[in-house]
Amino acid sequence: MNWFDKILPPKIKSSTGLGKRGVPEGLWTKCPQCSAVLYRAELDRNLDVCPKCDYHMRIEAARRLDVFLDREPREEIAADLRPVDSLKFRDSRKYKDRLSEAQKKTGQSEALLVVKGALKQTPIVVAAFEFEFMGGSMGSVVGERFVRAVTICVEQHMPLVCFCASGGARMQEALFSLMQMAKTSAALTRMGQHGIPFVSVLTDPTMGGVSASLAMLGDVIIAEPNALVGFAGPRVIEQTVRETLPEGFQRSEFLLEHGAIDLIVDRRELRDRIHALVSMLMGAPREFGRDAKAEAAGRQETLRDVEDVAG
Amino acid sequence: MDLNFLDFEQPIAELAAKIDELRHVGVGDEIDINDEIARLQKKSEKLTESIFSSLSPWQTAQLARHPQRPYPLDYIPRIFAGFEELHGDRMYADDHAIVGGLARLEERTVMVLGHQKGRDTNEKVYRNFGMPRPEGYRKALRLMRMAERFHIPLITMIDTPGAYPGVGAEERGQSEAIAHNLYVMAQLETPIVSTVIGEGGSGGALAIGVCDRLLMLQYATYSVISPEGCASILWKSSERAADAAEAMGMTADRLQKLGLIDQIVPEPLGGAHRDVDRMAQTLKHALVKELDELSGLSSDVLIEERYDRLMKQGKFQQQG
Repeated sequence: MNWFDKILPPKIKSSTGLGKRGVPEGLWTKCPQCSAVLYRAELDRNLDVCPKCDYHMRIEAARRLDVFLDREPREEIAADLRPVDSLKFRDSRKYKDRLSEAQKKTGQSEALLVVKGALKQTPIVVAAFEFEFMGGSMGSVVGERFVRAVTICVEQHMPLVCFCASGGARMQEALFSLMQMAKTSAALTRMGQHGIPFVSVLTDPTMGGVSASLAMLGDVIIAEPNALVGFAGPRVIEQTVRETLPEGFQRSEFLLEHGAIDLIVDRRELRDRIHALVSMLMGAPREFGRDAKAEAAGRQETLRDVEDVAG
Repeated sequence: MDLNFLDFEQPIAELAAKIDELRHVGVGDEIDINDEIARLQKKSEKLTESIFSSLSPWQTAQLARHPQRPYPLDYIPRIFAGFEELHGDRMYADDHAIVGGLARLEERTVMVLGHQKGRDTNEKVYRNFGMPRPEGYRKALRLMRMAERFHIPLITMIDTPGAYPGVGAEERGQSEAIAHNLYVMAQLETPIVSTVIGEGGSGGALAIGVCDRLLMLQYATYSVISPEGCASILWKSSERAADAAEAMGMTADRLQKLGLIDQIVPEPLGGAHRDVDRMAQTLKHALVKELDELSGLSSDVLIEERYDRLMKQGKFQQQG
């Protein structure tokens, strides 16, 4: 427990759900890419990026927000929403059981965690998908939490950042989950009309219905290095076209090359780079564009005054 | 006509074969044979009624993809006048899996868009089995924008297994193409009426399906993934597609009960392909009625109502 956790009253701690790492898996971790044996504490300091080969490991939503946001303020949004099994869905197991298992495993109530906080003192709302929660799949709660995040951004004129990590729509909510694609996209359309930036960060993996809605609708779209991003999964494509997929297919670098994303940014630089981008987008004086009228008129007034004096 | 009877229609098929046989025999005792044919036809109708009154979701899914199921290009000449098909996305290609264009629906000009599958092997390939690539969605988007500019309502017909999962489609931004359509349709300043006429497959369907009114033909299906896809992921076997179809609640009556669609358009006995003309007339009346209701709404009201509809999608619990 760090000092911050100690000073928080227990109620706030549980309501933010942040700051608590999962069970430590021992002192050493092996990098899945370069097989280097890494000291856990060092890896932690390095935000789970391999110090030897820069491989970006997947990280939990709570930790993602914890390392991205300023220490305070932090307020979780729509934490009180819980999934329901309106279809009484059952495959080899009941949806209800899958939900409670996912909740137990991740310590999260759903696959999207939203927190209102600050990024280098700039007020901001940040959402993060929890991939360990049923593959980060988007059901009704994920959609609603995302929309509430957008609503707060519009009401309080704050930028939105979303860290995506999802296999797509949640099958157990069938058409309800498909409709979340339309719902989240519609909310973003509104937000765009208010001139509030949305930065979408694609992390490994971002696929299917999430990729084909909110993830690809960022004003700025950033991907972490080597993240798998696409609509159809590589296995499905391989089965359809019956050929081996090209090297690096659907990876961040492939997307950048094909013009699908703006930037690839190392996890350790995300705070700085996103802050810089958001500041430029939000900080511009309203001297041009639709809202420019008042100021321009004001300036003309001044000009006329000058002319009057000159005349 | 060869009706391509499905498995569960076998009893109907057998009767139909009998009737055919009798017709071929039919010289000598004509009166008796005609009586017999009439009797068998009545029986066949009764049998069809009884089989179709209790279809399982999986049987409905098969009907929705019936090889003779009418497609947009079957409906368009029967519902609209003066259809002018408009082609291409102005960026890359013309995707034949989506058709669109201007037409007249009674006195109104409308923009019609739909997924188009093929009938024979060549046409199936030409239409890519009704699975659009990004250029298809971008063509659709272009036509939607045009409809908006000219204050023309948009009518979409949904019938696709899904967006095409291919290398080129991914390279050209399948996700972005779908997402962009969802983004624009949410605020498109013209009425949108969508009808699922066959298979409503996932994001590939929704990309022309954000709307003010959502209709579904009686034996159409609409879901987040195909029953086979769902089964292979959740049951680890595509053989369990029937179970997946049941679990996902993808049929029109189930979706209406869940409040996800506005209206079911009834199909002729035995399905839309048994009487395409009649199906087209029923659909036409439904479309005209919806447009009548939406006409005269200012675009502010229209968009506000569409937005509210979208925001209400989803079921969850709020604690405390």
